[in-house]
Amino acid sequence: MTESLTAPDDTATKDNTMPLRRRSRLRATLANDRKAQFGLIVLGLFLFGMVFAPWLSPYDPNAMTMNMMSGPSLGHPLGTDDLGRDLLSRILHGTQISMFIGISTVLIALVIGVALGLMAGYFGGWIDLVIMRYIDLQWAFPNFIIAVYLVAVFGTGLFNVIVAISLAFIDDFARVARSMTLSLRQEQFVDAARTMGFSNARILIRHILPSAMAPIIVQGTVSVSYAILGEATLSFLGLGVEATTPTWGLILADGRGFISQAWWLGVFPGLAIMLVVLSINFIGDWLRDLFDVRESL
Amino acid sequence: MSGYLLRRLIGTVLVMWAVATLVFFMLRLVPGDPVAAMLADAGSAEAEAALRAKFGFDEPVFMQYLYWLGNMFQGDFGNSLYGNNQPVRTILAEALPRTLSLAGIAFVIAIMIAVPAGILSATRRNTPVDAGVSFVAFLGLSMPDFWLAIMLIIVFAANLQWLPAIGYVPLSDGFWPWLEHLILPAIAVGTAFSAIIARMIRSSLLEVLKADYMRTAAAKGLTPRMIMWSHALPNAMIPVITVVGIAFALLISGAVVVENVFSIKGLGRVLINGILNRDYPVVQGAVLVVSAFFVFSNLLVDLLYGVLDPRIRYS
Repeated sequence: MTESLTAPDDTATKDNTMPLRRRSRLRATLANDRKAQFGLIVLGLFLFGMVFAPWLSPYDPNAMTMNMMSGPSLGHPLGTDDLGRDLLSRILHGTQISMFIGISTVLIALVIGVALGLMAGYFGGWIDLVIMRYIDLQWAFPNFIIAVYLVAVFGTGLFNVIVAISLAFIDDFARVARSMTLSLRQEQFVDAARTMGFSNARILIRHILPSAMAPIIVQGTVSVSYAILGEATLSFLGLGVEATTPTWGLILADGRGFISQAWWLGVFPGLAIMLVVLSINFIGDWLRDLFDVRESL
Repeated sequence: MSGYLLRRLIGTVLVMWAVATLVFFMLRLVPGDPVAAMLADAGSAEAEAALRAKFGFDEPVFMQYLYWLGNMFQGDFGNSLYGNNQPVRTILAEALPRTLSLAGIAFVIAIMIAVPAGILSATRRNTPVDAGVSFVAFLGLSMPDFWLAIMLIIVFAANLQWLPAIGYVPLSDGFWPWLEHLILPAIAVGTAFSAIIARMIRSSLLEVLKADYMRTAAAKGLTPRMIMWSHALPNAMIPVITVVGIAFALLISGAVVVENVFSIKGLGRVLINGILNRDYPVVQGAVLVVSAFFVFSNLLVDLLYGVLDPRIRYS
């Protein structure tokens, strides 16, 4: 089930008559969209922090010192935790894990889900029936709950968490791809391709998929934010990556016992999660307007 | 309608059966065996065999499945593998009212915030009020619920000491003690839900306010208030109801997480602890009960939809 239940925005422009001018349209919509600007800048900063974490971090994220639970100061801008580790360095390194899991899981889910959706929509018949029975079963549950069930089965750890979150998002992509394929397969260019004797695989990948990309990209963008939230939540509950890895969810879980003495341990890791998720949601909304994607599921 | 209802009910039961079966077999297919975990390499081979026999793990998996299914139909979910081997049914029966209380209060708080916020931003479209509501809604959607829970504890429990930080008190011990323990967790659970509903009400109302019958209502001299309450809102609510149903799932999955922050031994905590301990019977039972929430709330929404909108006919 998708959690991206954002309503279709009434400011979405209907002007799709000038595909050649998409680039200028992109710039025009961005100039008017403060939220998208905010999202792109903040996400850019986090991506910068992710790439350069080893150089930007003032300390080794796992180095313990006697300077325990000291508040934010010049030496430790975000303070230190109960083991004297520098919080800023840990959060910066956590960016790598969060982004890696967020992006990799969505890519895996996208490839599998879109493939299933394309096949279901294009071939119809029993293939559609079998695929959609499964997709509908999964659709009945929130992604996060599916991920929890899968972790219950596979166990914890980085690899298992990636598998669990990836599988949990498949249904969203399958549904989007299927509904696009159902309308596209009636189009003349698909008939034309079929008349020319192209294989089904070629028609699906070269002709239908490109036209179906816009809603898939929007879905993918928003899904990254939910995958990041999901990973943080799983890790926070102890169902995520190995307990020694600095991830945002685990930093919060570690700091949870000390929040009455050291508020920074509770505030900053969550703020990082929220800023990233918020930025991606803003960008997703902007893309939705840009591509004029109506949420019609 | 009755034919439709019957079909939907059968479909719902089938989904529950599929979930139960999937979870049962998948839990057994993966490496890692609870008996080995319980003995932690310390037990002898005989002790291990005895334990296996006690829990029925020495039977073929398919027979275990049939026993389990048969017992379940009699309301027997098996016993926990740990502690004093409490029946899973007892554990779930204790947990259920906690999760229901939490989700219910979260629902009430969320609707109380979302409806006025949605109406306000639709009627004051493109004003600072609208922008403010939209921004707060975005924040609510982006905040991890467990983090919001921690923030609420820091502010309202640790510093202001207005409300208790953890625990649950049953309703039988009094209304206020029950409620005061649930307010903070309910806000943490309900915020994302509230944000979704507010945005949905806004866009749905804007759609309805454009309709011809709104102009007719204004032309025949109704006050804006009457137009809103007797024409706009009832029609705008139809799509909102579906989203409420889908978003209700958020409340349950939010409760699963937030219970762990507030040490409320509800379904979520039972499920998570069961997973961490590899306590199969508990995990299976909790998964089934949690799943039933989603499956039946989907069903309820579909049926409600037909009641609210007479244009929809089921056959």
